[in-house]
Amino acid sequence: MASTASTSPNISAPIKMAAQDVNVFYGDKQAIRNVSIDVGMDEVTAFIGPSGCGKSTFLRTLNRMNDTVASARVEGRITLDGEDIYSTAMDVVQLRARVGMVFQKPNPFPKSIYENVAYGPRIHGLANSRADMDVIVEQSLRRAGLWEEVKDRLQDSGTALSGGQQQRLCIGRAIAVQPEVILMDEPCSALDPIATAKIEELIHELRGKYAIVIVTHNMQQAARVSQRTAFFHLGTLVEYGVTSDIFTNPREERTKDYITGRYG
Amino acid sequence: MAEHTLKAFDDDIGELRALIAEMGGRAEAAIDDALVALSRRDNALAERVVEGDKAIDELEALIEKKVVQVIALRAPMADDLREIIAALKIVGVVERIGDYAKNIAKRVPLISHRSSHEPLSLLPAMGQIAREMVKGALDAFAARDAQKALWVMERDRAVDDFYNSIFRTMVTFMMENPKTISESAHILFIAKNLERVGDHATNVAEMVYYAATGAHPPERERGPDLFQEQEG
Repeated sequence: MASTASTSPNISAPIKMAAQDVNVFYGDKQAIRNVSIDVGMDEVTAFIGPSGCGKSTFLRTLNRMNDTVASARVEGRITLDGEDIYSTAMDVVQLRARVGMVFQKPNPFPKSIYENVAYGPRIHGLANSRADMDVIVEQSLRRAGLWEEVKDRLQDSGTALSGGQQQRLCIGRAIAVQPEVILMDEPCSALDPIATAKIEELIHELRGKYAIVIVTHNMQQAARVSQRTAFFHLGTLVEYGVTSDIFTNPREERTKDYITGRYG
Repeated sequence: MAEHTLKAFDDDIGELRALIAEMGGRAEAAIDDALVALSRRDNALAERVVEGDKAIDELEALIEKKVVQVIALRAPMADDLREIIAALKIVGVVERIGDYAKNIAKRVPLISHRSSHEPLSLLPAMGQIAREMVKGALDAFAARDAQKALWVMERDRAVDDFYNSIFRTMVTFMMENPKTISESAHILFIAKNLERVGDHATNVAEMVYYAATGAHPPERERGPDLFQEQEG
């Protein structure tokens, strides 16, 4: 049985990732039910919904982060550029380089700012020389909007930065391996409004270079940064639409109740 | 309609609806009183209508302020957002309706006691429909009732028909009685004011329909166009 919500509402951009009839179980408990959704290239897609609705679980299926959870089982088909990411032919390490992730709490490595960014490109063999690596680090930090603030102290520890800077460092770290998709799981929930605004501005700038999927509890944030919004409830995709439609004129009663603050 | 988890938001919306209902009630009463003043040639009542318009203007300012507050503090979404935006537009329209009532009242002293134009007897009936439309539109707003809004839109045709009929009668009358042209012109303006009240009530109904459904109302059949008739 397919989900009732449209999988790709007026997506004009080519489809980057497509999920079909995805079910996720943690042991006996089903966390995601028949979710089908398309993620457009070069667009920002927001997943919203109450706690426990499955939005983070579903996000984590997009780069197989659930593989690390022993009891988790994923059914259905998820493709990246048409290629099944759960097929045995798929190299998971390579997949996670192509589909990067930024987490709720900034989690820089306990290493220098430079090393935080350089680590990924090094293990993926993206730099042939120290000079190459310097270029990658600078470009990544510039794209992450952090370069001007840290260029004179690249050898300082990444954990010495402020929370907002740490999160931008993590985004820079994700960018450094030249991903195609960036998944963000509540990237601003631990940040103050100014740091949040900087991340949102960064998401705006990154749009067009990457497909971005962001899970957020902050509906205003979804409204501000995304072109498309998907509303999850009790493990199902209730409604997926153009963000401005979802926030001014949602079709589903459950979406309306949630975004107008009437839920529960 | 389920309540908001944050009860203060419901209180805000309730307060906003109450203020708009009060403003609408005052505008309706102003139309009524202006027409009563006209039929009785009651200059004192007409004066009170003119004075009463200030209270309508003050309510408009108060509601605008309240709307801005709600948007700033509550960040309304979906049907809440559409209602709040509709509220802001509706108060501007109701303020204009109040102005039309005031304009009618101002003309009362300029129409003599002896005057017995036939259209004078039509104006109360026309005014009654216009007033019902205003009331219907505001009731529809308070109840988020799209059907009631449609009903209001359909009534506009009747007000237009009244106006067209009065217009033709007055033109004939003025040609036959040139001495009454000044007074007749005032009566014609009063009819025009009521016709505009009907149009404005229709506007409000359209906004209510959008706020309630998220869609624009279906196209309606229009009445005959006065301007085209004259050319032909």
